[in-house]
Amino acid sequence: MSVSAEFNNKQSYTKIKDLPGFNLIELVEARTPGDSRLEMCIQCGSCGGSCPSGKDMDHSPRQLFAMLRAGIVDEVLESNAPWYCVSCYKCYVRCPQEVKITDIMYTLKTIAISTGKFKVNEAKDFSETFTGYVEKYGRSFEFGLSTRHSLRHLPMTVSGTIGLGLGLIKTGRLDITPHKIKNIDQLQKILNRAYELEAQR
Amino acid sequence: MANSKTPSGKPRIGVYVCHCGTNIAGVVDVEDVANWSAEELKDIGVVLSRDNKFMCSSQGQELIESDIKEFGLNRVVVAACSPHLHEKTFRGACERAGMNPFFCEMASIREQVSWVTKDKKKATEKSKSMVAGAVNRVVYHEALEPIKVPINPTTLIVGGGIAGIQAALEIANTGHEVYLVEREPSIGGHMAQFDKTFPTLDCSACILTPRMSEVGMHPNINLLTWSEVENVDGFVGNFDVTIRKKSRCVIEEDCTGCGICVQKCPITVIDDEFGVGIGTRKAIYTPFDQAIPNYPVLDKENCTYFIKGTCRACEKFCATNAIDFEQQDEIINVTVGNIILATGYDLFDARKMPNYGYGRYPNVFTSMEFERLCNAAGPTNGEIVLRDGVTAPKSVAIVHCVGSRDKNHNNYCSAICCMQSLKFAHIVYERTGAEIHNFYIDIRTTAKNYDEFYQRVLDEGTLFVRGKVAEITDVPQNEAEEGKLIVQAEDTLAGLQRRIPVDMVILSVGLEPKGDSDEVAHQFGISCSSNGWFTEKHPKLDPVSTMTEGIFIAGCATGPKDIPASVSQGSAAAARVISYIEMGELELEPVRASVIEEICSGCKICNDLCPYNAIIFIEDKQVTEINEALCQGCGTCVAACPAGAIVGTGFSNEQILAQIEGLMMDFSVPEVV
Amino acid sequence: MKYLFYPGCSMQRSAKPYLDSLKLVEKTLGLESVDVEDWNCCGATEFSSVNRTASHAIVGRNLALAQEQASGTDELVAACSACYLNLSKTDHFMREDADFNALVNDALSAGGLEYEPGSVKVRHSLDIIVNNVGYDAVKEKVTKPLSGLRVGAYYGCMIVRPDVNERFSNPEEPYELEDLLEVLGAEVVDFKMKTQCCSGHMTQISSEVAYDMIKQIVKPAVEEEIDVLVTLCPMCQLNIDAFQNEMNKHFGTNYEVPILYFSQLMGLAFGYTEKELGIGKEFVNVSPALAKIGKTTEEVPTPKKKKKSKSDPSLPMPKMPIHYRGGS
Repeated sequence: MSVSAEFNNKQSYTKIKDLPGFNLIELVEARTPGDSRLEMCIQCGSCGGSCPSGKDMDHSPRQLFAMLRAGIVDEVLESNAPWYCVSCYKCYVRCPQEVKITDIMYTLKTIAISTGKFKVNEAKDFSETFTGYVEKYGRSFEFGLSTRHSLRHLPMTVSGTIGLGLGLIKTGRLDITPHKIKNIDQLQKILNRAYELEAQR
Repeated sequence: MANSKTPSGKPRIGVYVCHCGTNIAGVVDVEDVANWSAEELKDIGVVLSRDNKFMCSSQGQELIESDIKEFGLNRVVVAACSPHLHEKTFRGACERAGMNPFFCEMASIREQVSWVTKDKKKATEKSKSMVAGAVNRVVYHEALEPIKVPINPTTLIVGGGIAGIQAALEIANTGHEVYLVEREPSIGGHMAQFDKTFPTLDCSACILTPRMSEVGMHPNINLLTWSEVENVDGFVGNFDVTIRKKSRCVIEEDCTGCGICVQKCPITVIDDEFGVGIGTRKAIYTPFDQAIPNYPVLDKENCTYFIKGTCRACEKFCATNAIDFEQQDEIINVTVGNIILATGYDLFDARKMPNYGYGRYPNVFTSMEFERLCNAAGPTNGEIVLRDGVTAPKSVAIVHCVGSRDKNHNNYCSAICCMQSLKFAHIVYERTGAEIHNFYIDIRTTAKNYDEFYQRVLDEGTLFVRGKVAEITDVPQNEAEEGKLIVQAEDTLAGLQRRIPVDMVILSVGLEPKGDSDEVAHQFGISCSSNGWFTEKHPKLDPVSTMTEGIFIAGCATGPKDIPASVSQGSAAAARVISYIEMGELELEPVRASVIEEICSGCKICNDLCPYNAIIFIEDKQVTEINEALCQGCGTCVAACPAGAIVGTGFSNEQILAQIEGLMMDFSVPEVV
Repeated sequence: MKYLFYPGCSMQRSAKPYLDSLKLVEKTLGLESVDVEDWNCCGATEFSSVNRTASHAIVGRNLALAQEQASGTDELVAACSACYLNLSKTDHFMREDADFNALVNDALSAGGLEYEPGSVKVRHSLDIIVNNVGYDAVKEKVTKPLSGLRVGAYYGCMIVRPDVNERFSNPEEPYELEDLLEVLGAEVVDFKMKTQCCSGHMTQISSEVAYDMIKQIVKPAVEEEIDVLVTLCPMCQLNIDAFQNEMNKHFGTNYEVPILYFSQLMGLAFGYTEKELGIGKEFVNVSPALAKIGKTTEEVPTPKKKKKSKSDPSLPMPKMPIHYRGGS
């Protein structure tokens, strides 16, 4: 079984936004574990104010939530905001309405990928390269990740990054061969089932 | 005895199903319920059954009255709202038609049926079973006479803030005696700490202190400050209250309030109470100049004499020998007919939000600190300066909703902070000319002249930023931020993340229930909401009463309120008390428990369960007895008695079992496939 | 004390010194840890960006393996903040949301596994050391106090946030690491950026955004004259250490703030050598800082509680809790 062929499935998800009755808010709520509380947002902006990468985002989380309510789909899924989220969870703990902001950001990214709407290729590729290694080996592979990723997306800084990589290799802090877990079959079965289940949500 | 009585006469029951407009009829098929009752429950004694748009209307009530007369009804069942609302109405109708009112029973098909489901079929079925339960039960009802209790005309008021002061004056002015108990050394409450009041900008002390001295001089008011209620026994009309009057180390009769002891005391400490940690006081002190009463309190924890055994400067200089280091707490017992709890509020502790830097950054102030700062009697004589005590701020940020409207802290709106923050903006503008930013989520200026005040502050040039402040830091990211406090927030209207450097930040902290509100509620036998505020008997129609007769509540103890609302509640609670006093006696529900002596085995299981201390054990007879006046009919002992020796009037076993049987009646029609 | 240990991918390589030093610290403190067998990657912050169900299913596999392997202990310990959070969060959501629990277990069943939420307790190594071992027991093992070293505790994000699953510390104002460093004899600075993000994956997505965020950590550390920042997260270490030079180039600055793992400093205080602890593999040279250890400059008298003079017009500060180190 070719692993990569197997996992290419996930690229061919139905374009959900074309489905009749497609409702992005409902989909986000359904795909976010637990209670996202998205509908509880009072637009106070404590998320946008807290966000360390907020000033570089196209929209603050608050704005995304308002746009979701307004039925705007494309602009939400094309926004760089979820990709610029650094998962610091500052907004999450400060939100007075306990909206699970970081988790909603994750879900928005997954939907942006499955609908082909993502605009931040670097981020999407980084995530996919990362998951690709996990799918293949069961472990992340920092060397492969950083070289593949840097070569594709950060040509401006690639010399610096290579220097960085070499530094890590010299000090034994970077493997040049990936490590594979023993029961990779089991992991892949679990993943396959998970992909099926996600598509049904 | 209820248990031995057979139903008086053959039951002739009238059933009335209320539409309550569309409240019930929108979900329940009321006509079907009425027809079904007439048909299916006739064997139990239903002789007529009607549905009506509004049973509580005079037309509805007259219907019951005329039916009783015309059809010789001796029982009535009204399927409508909660008995909490209209039981009195329908019992009244029955009584007017010459029936004992306790032959009337209600089935709550609004609160317990139509308001909790959208399923019409199930709602109609449930309504039928509830009516069947009520009909079955009412068969076993018996004629009861209300219990009458005399009302002691003396009133206890707990809490000497503006609400308590108002209530005390209202009652005392009608010639009745009041005990006003205040925990702190002086009455006045939070209002005494404020500088100005919104939206009129009256000086808080100027409007409060005349009321305070009126209380102090009033012949009908017994003022007990530095005192706390220790115990409450009894019931409406006749409460026995134990009050601890804490030792002040000052003989009140001899003290002239000259203040020489305070002046001569060598110990200065930070005043964490009245001065909210920003001012200082002596070890013997009155919290503020206009304190009522004006005799001081000695703080034993900080007094050199109590620590080292020497000093006694206060004693030396006192011209009337009013200092008494040996003075003990005094226990005072009073009997009162009614109690008003006006115990006020606490402020949200801003240290629970480390991202706002209170306590870390000196120039982050709480709203109450700022009140003291701009108060002429405060630590800076009213000068608005930074924590260094000298520098005037050139820019000030005022943060709304600190700890309020926040599920991480208090999930309610504190009601006063918007106006308070606007007031601060005005004061800062007027006295410093600093640039002002107000950070808000929503501006709530709903009372009279409040929005006009907002307009005024806008006109004065205060800059409003719509966004909940994310954090306050002193770590600069650029030169303009060096040496400043930086307020970081999303300006939600401009759609920008902003960092605004300022010299001073004022946190408008929210209001919270008193830290011991749960204990106080338990002590007085009332309940608290999940947030900890005292619960009203009815939030709209009876906002100053509680479920416990004779215990009233006023002011912020029931929830955040501004001064006008607190004063209104003080007056309202007083009016309720005065009407009880004027009535002279009160009729109580005859729902009481009683012990059948022959069955009681004397096991005492019930003895400690009574929340009203109404159960006593008779050693001679080795049986338990229940004091009818103290019993509130809660039924705890009835359920606990292993021998079934306790019966609840109005809640007898027959009545309850009959009701359950009715509720379980199988009346469902098999669905046609 | 015995527990299961989840090492995570970073600690196999880029954060190898963290693992090595932690193992030595565990040994000294009498902590027995057994690795979860055949564990897989936790997915970091990337898997959940691609597929929610799968991201939790792979964590579920680790939890299920830990549950199977658990005997005599139900504690599952991770030292990497992201691993710690992912394990903790999956368990939390499975407990909170029955549908989600069924979903994850459905996926797990494809691999013949099952996980009952709540059956392992996910903990962080720091939590174990401060709350199970305790400061006193740590103090007993200190043979070379870190006196003279000015350290700033840097928590980053995921050890303290989000506040799901009874996290052991305060999400905005944690204090455990500072308390620990104080026990080791170091001079602890109130580092205000201690819970600020290191830029996470932004180094891979937008260097400019990342450098800006790294600068927000490094600049105040320099201004506070911090010798070493102390971290407990491989990602924080990598970003602050490996990208500091790039950041300097970008802004034309020359900040130099070394960053070590808390276990490395514990190891030093316990008398292990720098080599044993993997010290020396950093990009920002830590030697000048470590040279200060033991060389107490002139004795800084502990500031006595200033008695307020009559002429001092300043207003009192609010009283703060005992762990609080800030204030001016």
